[in-house]
Parts: sequence; structure tokens; C-alpha cells
Amino acid sequence: MKVMAFHLMTYADLDLRVKDQYRSAWVVLPNSHFDPHKGHLLYQRYLDELELCCELGFDGVAVNEHHQTAYGLMPSPVVMASALSRRTRDKRIAILGNAFCLRENPLTLAEEHAMIDVITGGRLITGFVRGVGSEYFSFGTNPVHSLERHQEAHDLVVRAWTETGPFAFEGKHFNIPYVNLWPRPYQQPHPPIWCPSMGSLETIEWAAHPDRKYVYLQNYAPRESVSRYLNLYRQIAQEQYGYEAQSHRIGWGAPIYVADTDEQAIEEARPHIEALFNVFLPKVSEQMFFPPGYMSPASLKKVLQHKKANTGGGQSIESLMARGIIIVGSPQTVLRKLTEAHHELGFQEFLSMLTFGTMPAHLAEKNMRMFAAEVLPALQALTDREYRGFELPKAAAE
Amino acid sequence: MSFRTETLSLDGLSLRMRRGGSGAPLLYLHGTDGLSEWPAFLDALAERYEVFAPDHPGFGGTECPEWMDDVSDLAYFYLDVMDALGFRDARVVGHSLGGWIALEAAVRNQSRIKDLTLIASAGVHVRGHAKADIFMIDPDEQARLAYADPQMAEEAAQKALADKYQDVAITDRIASARFGWNPRFHNPRLGRWLHRVNAPTLIVWGEQDRIFPPVTGPAMQALIPGSQLVVIPDCGHLPHVEKMDATLAAMGCAR
Repeated sequence: MKVMAFHLMTYADLDLRVKDQYRSAWVVLPNSHFDPHKGHLLYQRYLDELELCCELGFDGVAVNEHHQTAYGLMPSPVVMASALSRRTRDKRIAILGNAFCLRENPLTLAEEHAMIDVITGGRLITGFVRGVGSEYFSFGTNPVHSLERHQEAHDLVVRAWTETGPFAFEGKHFNIPYVNLWPRPYQQPHPPIWCPSMGSLETIEWAAHPDRKYVYLQNYAPRESVSRYLNLYRQIAQEQYGYEAQSHRIGWGAPIYVADTDEQAIEEARPHIEALFNVFLPKVSEQMFFPPGYMSPASLKKVLQHKKANTGGGQSIESLMARGIIIVGSPQTVLRKLTEAHHELGFQEFLSMLTFGTMPAHLAEKNMRMFAAEVLPALQALTDREYRGFELPKAAAE
Repeated sequence: MSFRTETLSLDGLSLRMRRGGSGAPLLYLHGTDGLSEWPAFLDALAERYEVFAPDHPGFGGTECPEWMDDVSDLAYFYLDVMDALGFRDARVVGHSLGGWIALEAAVRNQSRIKDLTLIASAGVHVRGHAKADIFMIDPDEQARLAYADPQMAEEAAQKALADKYQDVAITDRIASARFGWNPRFHNPRLGRWLHRVNAPTLIVWGEQDRIFPPVTGPAMQALIPGSQLVVIPDCGHLPHVEKMDATLAAMGCAR
């Protein structure tokens, strides 16, 4: 299994009392709450942490994109990947992901990704995402067109990376008379593409398509959803497309915290993970996270029903652990849970989020070092031999 | 007054339309709230006119074809509708989004339009005077903002809350976003062509409209030659609902 260290780069110095003053920590939280001097220190610390993880033996590092929020300070993950590109060696740098479809011209991102891929000699992984719903408020892009822009932007970027230019791209949303990328990517035919998602049938069907076979990465989900969606990728590959999905196309990402004992881990992680889920992430504004047309009416109804069932008030670390959204405990406990999950689901990519919310630097570093020393090697040794294998659900197989 | 439901097949789509009353034709173009809540206003108008009240494509659970992207498409589509119905001198009444469609159609071709009534109309924006962002707030908040009368506001909010996960409520919001997401409910280029509107035009605004700021009324009036503006006191974003009689009177249809 390949294990990467993912960083959200949350604004850890946020005054948590803002929770009660604003509709959300997204879009409408005034940026007067961001102190650039504290931001400077946080960026330095966060980049140091990712560089440390490369030294500690992780297979790579990962960053992502969010806008106008204290939840994550990376409106441009390209900037972070660039900063990391010269300070790391032989490790993958994953942008999980960039919302190409939010750009007026997605080629600007395609060019930047190609540059990073060439600078790093082919260490880039590109993630294609649509952005969360609130990003459609930040950008002004019409959420009704989200899915078709996403797919069209993907087609444009992959063609730009793989076809000899110049050529004209004629789409519905993007019309570019001359597509001719200098530089073109180092990796051939192009950098690996991942599809990070919080769970969406449309994304899985699209990622698993034989023309693409992209890595599907399930983020931040209750364990039962992780099982459902990762198995769904294999099921769709087999039933709908007639091929057997390989385990390295399947990934899971989750916050992880280890300490000497289970009790100590829970105690140390509690305020920081609860801040992440109750202050930085909250979907207090349903409209902002699920703008009209961002998903199909059927998916929306499903998500909202799920949400009503799952978010009654503040989330405690115990409930997050019980539902398997986060994994917290002694190295033995954490390794056991991940090994069990691997036995059941066979994912060959794991994205560990080892610092989150308001966590101070010393705890983050302690977590990274302990995880790297006592959990990481055993995880990296897991192969398909330890996976119990995939069986089609009975009803579907008949 | 009884209305019947008809379907008009045109431009590759099926337009669902309520039709009732008798007299000269009157085309009613609804706002983002759709026609799920049937306005008594249309019953009153049907006492004098033959009223045509279509669901805009995508509203009321109807299909919206993929090619229909913006209000410009809707405007050309409704010009086709007016051709198909053989209108010669129709009154065209539009509320909110519907007023915007009426204006976009009129600047293109007003040969079948006798006059225009624009009720709290979208389409024009006054810089620095933000509309309520109906996509960010919850449906019940929006309903509360739509009325000046506190009791009507509360009743509407409770209803919106009860309906918010209904299929039609969800698809009506999607249709509203399709046409009004960016820029929010206006076309920055429309103002420069409104001088082309020479059909007599009545603009109606609620003095307490908290969805579309009332300052838009005079701005719209200044752009449309010879237009008349009636501002209704103690009234929010739905003058034809909250102050139906005053709205009918402004249209010369007092009962």
C-alpha cells in the first residue's frame, strides 16, 4: 500500500467564537479574522510538516483547494505543490484536487500542472474535482453547469496534455482557438489522475470508465460509506464495464491520530478534531454546500436525508470514531483498524491526515513521527495478498 | 374561474400551460416561485382576459432541454410561443424572473405585445444595491423576506419549511439558478437596449421589497421610455399576492 501525508492547512489560529457570529466559516466569514503574520507562520510550519513526512518515509504528500474559508488556506494548491517540488526528492506530490471547471480557462491550471510535473521529473499526481458547493458562491460559476463543465474541462486538459498542438478546442463552455502546451507533462501520456470525492455515484461511474480508470479516493466518510463506495467502484468496473478494478485504483483518506495509549490519543486529539468538524467544516448552511444543480435532485435528497440522520448537534470525537470517519488510538489500535479495513476493502492507496483543526505544531509532529515509526511500515507492506478479495453483492450477481 | 392545463410542443420541448378566462390574450410569466401556489391574481385577470400561464421550462417539475442556458434562450422561446399561439396584441405580465423574460423578449420583438406589466421585475441591477441572495439563504428565510406583512411572512415561511425537500421545490430552485445565478438575476447589457421598448409599460414595486430593492423601480422606469411606475406601500416582493387589489388597480383592472 502507498501511504501519503495530506494537509488541509486549516487556519488553526481562528478565534473559534466566530462559529456563533456567522452563517459559516466559508464564504461569509470576514477575512479580517485572518492575521497575515500568523498565516505566515502557519504556512512555514505546514510546509515543514509535509517535508518532514517525506523524510519519515511516506510515499508522498498531498494538498488540495478551497476558497474563501478558514477551513483550508490553499486557494491555489499549485502554489504549495510548487513550494514542495524543490524541497522534496523522489516522493509523489499530489494535488487532490484542483477544480479545473471553476476556471474561465482550465488551461492555466493544465500549464501549471505540466510545469510542476516537468520540474519534479514526473512526481505529480493530478486530482480532478468540481469544488465543494460553496466554491460556486466564491467563483460565481453556475452550479447547474458544474458536472458538464467538469467533464468538458477534463477533456480539454487531457487533450492538451496528450495531443500534439496547436489544435482548436470547441466545447460548450470552453472554446480555445489554439491549444499548444509548452511545457507538456513529463509523465507519459500524462500525470496520474485521481478523483477525490465525499461520495458520489456520478463520480465513481465516471472515474471507473475504461477510457479513464482513474483512482477513486473516498474522503471523510463514515466507514460504512467507505465500504459502500469503494466496493461500488469494483462492482461498476465489473458489471457495467466488464473489467476487474485493480486495487491501486482505490483509495481512502481519513484523519489519523496516534499516541502511547488509546486514552491519551483521544484526549490529545479531541479539541482539534472537534474544532475541525464543528467550527471549520460545518455545513450550517445547507444551501451553501448544496447549491441548486450541483447534484441531481435524487442525489441531493439522499444527501440531505443522510445529513439529517447524522448531524444532530455538535460532533464528539467518540461519535466520529464510532462511525469510522477518524481513526484515533495507540499505534496498535490504529494499525489494527487500518489492516482490518484493508483486509475487507483492499485499497492500495491511503491518504493520512495527521494534523487537523487547531492542532499545535508539537502534537502534529509527535503524531507524524509516531505514525511513521509504528504504523506506516506495516501499512506499506500490505498487498493484494492480504485482501480478502471482491465478491459481487448476491442480488446483483444473480 | 377554471383553468385547464394544455401542452404546447415547440422547439423540441413540451411547454405546460394553464389557460382560462375569455377576452383578449394575457400572457403571465411567473417568477422563481413558479406556479405551485396558484395566484388568485390570475383568477381575477381571467375575468377580463384569456389568461395563458405557462411553467417556464424546468419549473413545476417540467423538463428543461439541455440547450436552454439563459434568459436570452427563454426570451426567444417565448417569442416562438407567442407566434404559435397567434397573439396579435397580448398583454404580457411578468413577475420577478418573468418580468426579465418579458423585457428580453420585448427588446427583440414586440410586434405581438400590446403592453407590459413588470412586477418586482428582475433584469436590471442598480450598482451597490444588492438583491437578497436567495441561493444562500434557506427557503423559509426567503419566504419571510418576501412579504411586508409579518403574519403572511410567517405563514409563507412555515410552508416553505414544510415543502423544502419536495421534488418541485428542489427543481424550481435548480431552474432559478440556471437562469439567475450569475450575474444574480440581471443582464448587465439589457439596460442599454431598453430604449427599444415602446409598448406601454407599467412597473409595479412593493415599497418594502426586501428581495429586489425598490430603488430598481425608478432605475427601470428611467430606462424604458414613457413607462409608468407604481410603488405600493406596505408591500413586499409579491405585490400581486400581498396587495392584489392595488396591483389590479394599477393595471386598470380594478374589481
